[in-house]
Amino acid sequence: MALETIRVSPGFQKFLPKEYQDLVENGPFTKERKVSELGSFKEILEEHPMCAGCAMTLFIRVTLLALPSVENSVIIGTAGCGRLALSQAAIPFVYGNYGDTNAVASGLKRGLSVRFKDKPKDVIVMAGDGGLADIGFSAVMHSWFRKEKFTTIMLDNEVYGNTGGQESGMTQKGMVLKMAPNGKKFEKMDMIGLAKTSGVAYIARIAPTNPTRVANTVRKAVLIAREVGPTYIQAYTSCNIEYAIPTPKVMDDAREVEKDRYGFMEYMTDDAKAYWEKSEADRRKLKAPQTK
Amino acid sequence: MSEGLGEEVKTNPQGDVITAAPAPTKEAKKGAAAQRVVDPDYLFLQAPREKTFITGSEAAKEAIRRANVDVAISYPITPQSETMQQVGYLYAEGYVKDYYRGEEEYGVMSAIAGASRSGVRCLSATAGPGLMRGLEVISSWPGGRLPAVLLIMCRVINAPLAIQPDNVELSYMLNTGCLLFHAENQQDFYDYALAAFMIGEKPEVTLPVAVAVDGFFVTHARGWVSLPAADIKLPPRDCYHEAVPMMDNENPPIRISRDAPIQKSNFISYQMHASWQQEIWAAQERSRKWIERWLGGLVEVVNPKAKIMIVASGAAVSQSREAVRQAAEQGIEVGLVKIKSVRPFPAEEVRAALDHAEKILVPEFNYVGWLAKEVKSTIRGSERVISGPRVFGGMSMPTELILEYIMGTPNRR
Repeated sequence: MALETIRVSPGFQKFLPKEYQDLVENGPFTKERKVSELGSFKEILEEHPMCAGCAMTLFIRVTLLALPSVENSVIIGTAGCGRLALSQAAIPFVYGNYGDTNAVASGLKRGLSVRFKDKPKDVIVMAGDGGLADIGFSAVMHSWFRKEKFTTIMLDNEVYGNTGGQESGMTQKGMVLKMAPNGKKFEKMDMIGLAKTSGVAYIARIAPTNPTRVANTVRKAVLIAREVGPTYIQAYTSCNIEYAIPTPKVMDDAREVEKDRYGFMEYMTDDAKAYWEKSEADRRKLKAPQTK
Repeated sequence: MSEGLGEEVKTNPQGDVITAAPAPTKEAKKGAAAQRVVDPDYLFLQAPREKTFITGSEAAKEAIRRANVDVAISYPITPQSETMQQVGYLYAEGYVKDYYRGEEEYGVMSAIAGASRSGVRCLSATAGPGLMRGLEVISSWPGGRLPAVLLIMCRVINAPLAIQPDNVELSYMLNTGCLLFHAENQQDFYDYALAAFMIGEKPEVTLPVAVAVDGFFVTHARGWVSLPAADIKLPPRDCYHEAVPMMDNENPPIRISRDAPIQKSNFISYQMHASWQQEIWAAQERSRKWIERWLGGLVEVVNPKAKIMIVASGAAVSQSREAVRQAAEQGIEVGLVKIKSVRPFPAEEVRAALDHAEKILVPEFNYVGWLAKEVKSTIRGSERVISGPRVFGGMSMPTELILEYIMGTPNRR
């Protein structure tokens, strides 16, 4: 039914904006779109108030493209830069209270599972490093301990960008930022290590330098969360404003940081690996006869 | 074999009996599966009832058993009441579809916000410090237009550390936008909790409902409760007929940034926010007709013509009833206005009931006197109101104390 709700009823076509029809007919709702096709079709996220050159915006754009079932996905965010774009995307978005994302997602996912037994409804948390590692830390950890079946994506710009550049737990040690006038005193929080300890089924660390890899990672994380357990993606999405990265150099910075300390890493539990290998094999089998 | 005979009964430091969680019996599971949906009017007003002698917490459990709850989320907040663990047994027996113990109240109340957005019927319970911890989220439920039921077993707010019954925490609930009912006794707690689900989910209401009861005096004590049979339950939540779309991607249009930030600094945003807030409080008013239908009105008035009137809510009503009886024995006619619904506040009813009164008492189980303030700000001639007697910090309210206030005006400044 979900897809039907967005299709334009015959007879109403002339009343709905061309943009909406374009989204339904050519957007990623009805066709699987590749990263290489970006720019050639109507996207889930187009207009947004993000800063010029923002790496987070690129990451969000690719993430939305990669969702395995856009028409059955709900995104949960919180205060921060990311939600400025997410709340304007053509996808249901919950903007709750500070630090509540993973608790809201737990209730939402469980409720949807009660109501839609045979139809997967994907819940994706997308929030910043402050929202997830600082104020929302407890909710994040407990959603992992409870093995809640949804994906958590951290948009890690290593700073409170939206409030004007204060240090966060994910800021690197020594960085001079607001509220860290003498440089941050402690190490960047090891959320990946904590995710492993908590038994998260699939964990990935990624920078937005390779959009196709971003898309594949997101798809994998959402599908594994659907069947196995919690998944976590930690994405370096630099803040070119607070870290004074010249706009044309944003991707250069991402490549440098990736090489230096944010290289692509993925980790799967045995359960997740078994599921993923089987589902990929099934998918190949399913695809094979169609290509003949 | 007679089970448990001769065995030592273990209790916790508060004196509650410690019981290991019993595994659900096959019989119990059959009971849940055999329940049939009935019309709310039938369940609330017409179904034959039988009297049982149970605690307030058990009365709540019996309400939940018949409420067709989908998701219940709990946190112990020791010492609260055993209600949410009782709901756990209902889950094990199949009466509740999903249930878990959350990380703490902020997480629990947030998860309720998520569950309610998914379109399921949901429930939690808390008290005192736990309520305060969850209050940021609870205050945002009405704005999200999220129907859910929150049971509050009043337990005072900490510092100095306290576990005693005292309903000061309700003063913080008055301005959240949630509906707030205050149960007098075990019977009320059953009736109000069950009706709360249907009232909050009405399309023209679409709001969370908090049902409060005074801790210990009602939650831990037994009272007579008339219950309909356990084989009937409420119809499920009809989420597509509510005021806002569900976050389930099933209702068009798919672009429903219902929770979009509207806090930008421009006139349209101010206007949106203002009208949204107005709408919450207007929705509260629209709940009145259902409260009248299912709870028999927002108030109950005893001896309406008496010159001395008492206004009370919660357990203070029971004590006041007894004081009214004792005063009558001494030849003094005293009236009583029981406030069932604190939000919406029955302003018209209270005004009408007190217009003729020469002296008005407001006995309360808290220091701040939140109900007295409500009454004073509602009626004409507020100098007639004596804000008291008040007891707090876990003290009981002897009827003699109320009688003293009826006869004279102790400590009147």
